[in-house]
This record gives sequence, C-alpha cells and structure tokens, in this order.
Amino acid sequence: MTAIDIDQAPFKVSNLWTDQKSRGLLIQIVSLILLLLFIAYIANNTMSNLKLLGVETGYGFLSEPSNYDINQRPIEYDSRSSHGRAAVVGILNTMIVAVCGIVLATLLGFTAGVLRLSGNWLISRLVYCYVEFTRNVPVLLQILLWHGIIVHTLPLPRQALQPADGVFLSNRGFAIPWPQLEPAFWAVVVAFFAAIGGAVWFAGYAKKVQAETGKIYPVITINLAMIVLVPVVAFFLAGQPATLDWPALTGFNFKGGLTVKPEFIALWFALSVYTAAFISEIVRAGIMAVSHGQTEASYALGIRPNWTMRLVILPQALRVIIPPLISQYLNLTKNSSLAIAVGYMDIVATIGGISLNQTGRALECMSIVLAIYLTISLSISSVMNWYNKRVALVER
Amino acid sequence: MKFTKVLLAAAAATTLSTAAMAGTLDDVRKKGFLQCGVSTGVAGFAFTDDQGNWQGFDPAVCQAVAAAIFGDKSKVKYTPTTGKTRFEALKSGEIDMLARNTTWTFSRDADLKLTFIGVNYYDGQGFMVPKGLGVSSAKELDGASVCIQTGTTTELNLADYFRSNNMKYEPVPIETNAEARQNYLAGRCDVYTTDASGLAATRATFEKPNDHVLLPEIISKEPLGPLVRHGDDQWADVVRWVLNVMIIAEELGINSKNAEQLSKTSDNPEVKRILGTEGNYGEMVGLRKDWALRSIGQVGNYSEVYERFIGTATPIGLERGLNALWTDGGILYAPPYR
Repeated sequence: MTAIDIDQAPFKVSNLWTDQKSRGLLIQIVSLILLLLFIAYIANNTMSNLKLLGVETGYGFLSEPSNYDINQRPIEYDSRSSHGRAAVVGILNTMIVAVCGIVLATLLGFTAGVLRLSGNWLISRLVYCYVEFTRNVPVLLQILLWHGIIVHTLPLPRQALQPADGVFLSNRGFAIPWPQLEPAFWAVVVAFFAAIGGAVWFAGYAKKVQAETGKIYPVITINLAMIVLVPVVAFFLAGQPATLDWPALTGFNFKGGLTVKPEFIALWFALSVYTAAFISEIVRAGIMAVSHGQTEASYALGIRPNWTMRLVILPQALRVIIPPLISQYLNLTKNSSLAIAVGYMDIVATIGGISLNQTGRALECMSIVLAIYLTISLSISSVMNWYNKRVALVER
Repeated sequence: MKFTKVLLAAAAATTLSTAAMAGTLDDVRKKGFLQCGVSTGVAGFAFTDDQGNWQGFDPAVCQAVAAAIFGDKSKVKYTPTTGKTRFEALKSGEIDMLARNTTWTFSRDADLKLTFIGVNYYDGQGFMVPKGLGVSSAKELDGASVCIQTGTTTELNLADYFRSNNMKYEPVPIETNAEARQNYLAGRCDVYTTDASGLAATRATFEKPNDHVLLPEIISKEPLGPLVRHGDDQWADVVRWVLNVMIIAEELGINSKNAEQLSKTSDNPEVKRILGTEGNYGEMVGLRKDWALRSIGQVGNYSEVYERFIGTATPIGLERGLNALWTDGGILYAPPYR
C-alpha cells in the first residue's frame, strides 16, 4: 500500500483560506498592498491640493541667497550665502551641541548614578533630589531657566569677569584664547592618529601576552600616556605651529579668540543636566541588576574591589545599561531642536525656521529637517547596536 | 470592509475641505464670528486688556469688519501668531484675516499667495539703543549685538544695511516682542531693531523710557497692513473697503459719535452713500447697505482709532506724520466711495 505523504496533499485554492499559515500570509500581503495604496493616495492628494492652491513646490530655493545672518557659524557664512549653506550651518550646530551634550550627560549621569549608590546618606539623598527635580520639569523650561540665569546674572562686556588672563566671562559669552593653526599642524594630527593606532595594537598585544604568559601590562596607563605624549612631542618637533589668538574688547563685543555664546552654554548645560538625571537612574539600575553573588564570588577568589568592578561587575552592568542609554542619547539629540527658544541656530532654527518663513516652503523645509534627524538618530542607534551585539550574552 | 469605509470617509473629508476655499464671507456668516489673526502682543498695536479681551490698532480693523458683517464688533475671536506661524495660519484657513502689522512686500504678495488689502500704517525700520552706549547714529554700530525677530522683513533689511555699510554685527534671534524686550533690557543685545512704531511702543513699556534713544536712521519702507488669502476677491473687497471707509470717514468728518445723526441729517452725497441712506452699495459686496454706519458707529474712523491706541495722548506717543490724510501733509489716501 502506498501511503500518501501529508506534505504532498493535492493543492486546492481553498487551502489559502483554511490553512492557518497561508491565511496569515495572505492577510499580510493584502494589508501591505492596502497600506501602500493608502500612502500613494495621501501623497497624490497632497500634490494635487498644493497645485490647486497654487503653492510652489520644489527644492530650487536651496540655491538662492538666504539674506539673513547666523551668529554661531562653524563654517564661513554670510547673508549672501544660499539657504543650502544655512542648512549645513544648522546641521553642524545641531551635531556640535548633540556631541557635547552626550559627552557631558554621560559623565554627569554615570557619576550621579554611582553616587546614588554610595553608603553616605547625605550624598545619596542629594543626588535623589537632583534626579527627581530635573526629571519632572519640562526640558524647555530648564533651557529657558539656564539662559535667563546666564543672561541676567553675568555682567555686560564692559564689566566682564576675568577669571584668568585672556579669559572673559560676560553675558555675551565665554571668550577664551584659541590657537590659530598653521599648515605644519598636520604633523600633530597625523601623530595623534598614529598614537591611537599604536594604542589599539598595544592593547591587542598585551592581551596576547597575558593569555600566553600571565604577565599583565598596565595597558590603560601606557595607552593614555602614548595618546597624550606622542602628539605633544610632534607639536614641539614641528616647531610649535600654532599661535594663540587673544580675545580683546573692541567697541561692543569681544573680537578674537573663541567666544562660546550664552545660547550654546544654556542649551548644552540644560540638555546635559536633564538627560544626566535619566542616565543616572539607568546606571543605577544596571549596577543593581548584577547579583551580589558575583561580587562575593569575585572577592572569594581574591580579586581586589577595584578590579572586581572593572572585570566582573561593569561588563555585566553595561549589558543592561546600553539599550536605554541609546534611547537617552537619541532623546538628547532630538531635544536640541528646542534651540530656537533661546536663539541658538540649529537645523530647526535655520532651515525649519527662518528659511521656512522667508520662502514659505513649509513641506520641503520640514522634509529636510525630518531627513536630517532621522539620519543622525539612525547613526547613533546603529553604533550603539553594534556595541550591544558585541557584548551580548552568548547562550550555549 | 471596515477599512474601506474609513478610506472612503477620509477621501470625502479631504475633498470637502478643499472646496471651502472660496466664499469666506459665507463661511464667516455661518460661523457667526470672524477669526482674526493678531500678534502675540505689541503695546498699542495689539494687547489684552484687564478683562482679557484683545484691543489695539490692529484688532480694531477686525472689529470694524465684524461690525460691518454682523452689526456687533464683539463677534471676533483672536488667534495670537508669531512671525513664524502667521502666514501658515492664514493660508491654511485657520484665520480669516491677518491684522498683525505685517509689511507689504512683493514676495509675500506673489510667492506666498497672499493679498494685502491696504496699508493702515506707513512705517520704517529703526534702531533703539540705550543712551548709556553713547551712540548717535546707526553707522557707529559695527560689531554690535542686535536683537532681531526671526522670519520678518526686518531681518533681511538688517543684513542688507550692515552689508552695504561694511559693518559686522551679531544677530540675536528672538521669536516675540516680549523676548526681545527682556534680552534688550538684560543687556544681551546692544540694539533692538524693528519698525519704528514697534520701537516706540516697546519703549513706552520700559521703567525709564528716557534712558533709551531711537537712532535717526530709518532704513526701509514698511507699509503695514491687513491681509487675506488669494482666490477670494469678494472677501478681499469687503476687508479692503472696511479699511478705506475708516479713512474716508475721517476725511468727511464722520465719527462714532455723529454717524447715527449724520445718516439722518447730512446733505453731502458721499456721506449719504457711505452711511446707506442713498443707494444700496453694500449689496455690491455682499453686505447690508448700512454696513459702514455700523462699522464707524461702533469702532470709529481712522483718527479715532489712531488717537485711542497709539496717538500723542497715549504712552506710545506717535505723531500722525506720514499717516495723516493727504490733505494734512501725510499720504493716507483712499479711493472715493461711489
């Protein structure tokens, strides 16, 4: 008797509906088609409505002169530059405040998180108050508060504070001497990257030596010394190719050196302090997630507390900390769009604000802003996801 | 099945909303009130009184339009708008007209597809500095920090002026007049620049107005007027002639106190046409024939509104200057009502 193989039962169209797996697949395909049709309908409706209203569309305005000035510009820009260049200035400003904010927020957040776990009652209560206050006040209010404090308490440029020679603090900003770089400075940059390469190689070599012979090199100290000393030596060998530009009060404001504007300072500090409160809670959760048995076992093996933290606790804690930390970095980047409230010209203020208003191209400008934020956020996300995959637990 | 129904409903809703573009006068009548876009607050030109009602030189135009349509100047709802949101609010239909000391320019007319219905204040851009700075001319402002409202013609004029005079400046962008006032008084910026009328209005609100001086240079023409959307000529005519009638009323000596009486006793043919005792001109634009009587009677003519909110008797203290009638040395000139 030949048995009919169940996998080769005759195919019937009704199988598409009765068989659970095919039914699921069919419904998903139909839903996808309907969704795409809906999106196409919306897009088509928008385009035809715009044509009906006679609104101009197109990105041609990006090459026209913008006719407005920007106060903080990392690259050359004046009112004759195009809207496209204004957008680039905005993107650079956003990235500067995002990177600076992430760095400061991480430092503050990790410190606060560890301090919260301290045995000292006063310190842990103080950090608790800081976290609860900062987390529960909207970030826009905090930005305005910082800006108000800086602008109202610092003196006018003519009565600026001078904490050190050549450093001025006034309500127009923080003026510091800034090095003017000559072409020979490239030697220092090359030396810096060479030192980093050397440090990476040395870390790998030290690990190999430790695996083979058990000898431990002080990798961190040596690498740090290398990264700092090699560029410095290269700097002096190249004949000190940099001169300091000193700020001086001429007329209304300080000229020369680097002036960090109060808008940037207010935004940076407000965002960092706000995000640090969230990060401190994440860090605390991560450290507490590592079971105490790990610490005890580590001590029982004779590993010093310092090394226990570095080799046993932190790697496990970081596994718990990294995913929410990514979210907080993304939040910080997106919260920097509140910059226009204090007059800091980030991407939303230039292309999504002034350019939008002067040219009237709301949809095009907003699509650019959307695309920029999506790119920045997805990049941060992918970097951290790569790190996350690397430290993920591999189940046997 | 349910999904298709939702799709059909969405399609119906979008087509209905696009059809509501023309016929603003009918929409306003159906709603029962006029939606008026104003600024977030400029002393004299647009402000809220102690009861929270919007008053001022610009809201008065909206009140005159409401009086012309409904016979009641209080049938207006106000939407405060910033320099950034004002045009979107008008274009999207959120407001019916914008009375927000907005400069009439080519690109706003043609590119943004908006219609300016006239000028209710001829102005120019100026600079205000604290007396303590010791500056007497705008040409001495090289390197200064300037508070500037984003998304305005003021911003563009400022860039042009400083560039053509080879001067550099640090722009301090702000969104509203209140923010500008705060930053200027705290010393964050040395100079505040906006229309000269706005400067006078802001200075009037300072504790020590005499410690601040308006520099003599007026660097641009700023004809300020109300505006409506493209594509609805009847509505534009209504708003335009409400403003024109306010000016003609001053010429002919009609004001809120004597309008009722003049409509019965006057012999002047133009007065009789305006106040509706002769002919039915209101019908040509979709209003009642005594629409101007109601509008002038409740709100007043141009000089009454001017003197009430920004004239020399108020803290703002603006002279008529360019805004006097053409027969009094100014350039205020409305077409005849016939």
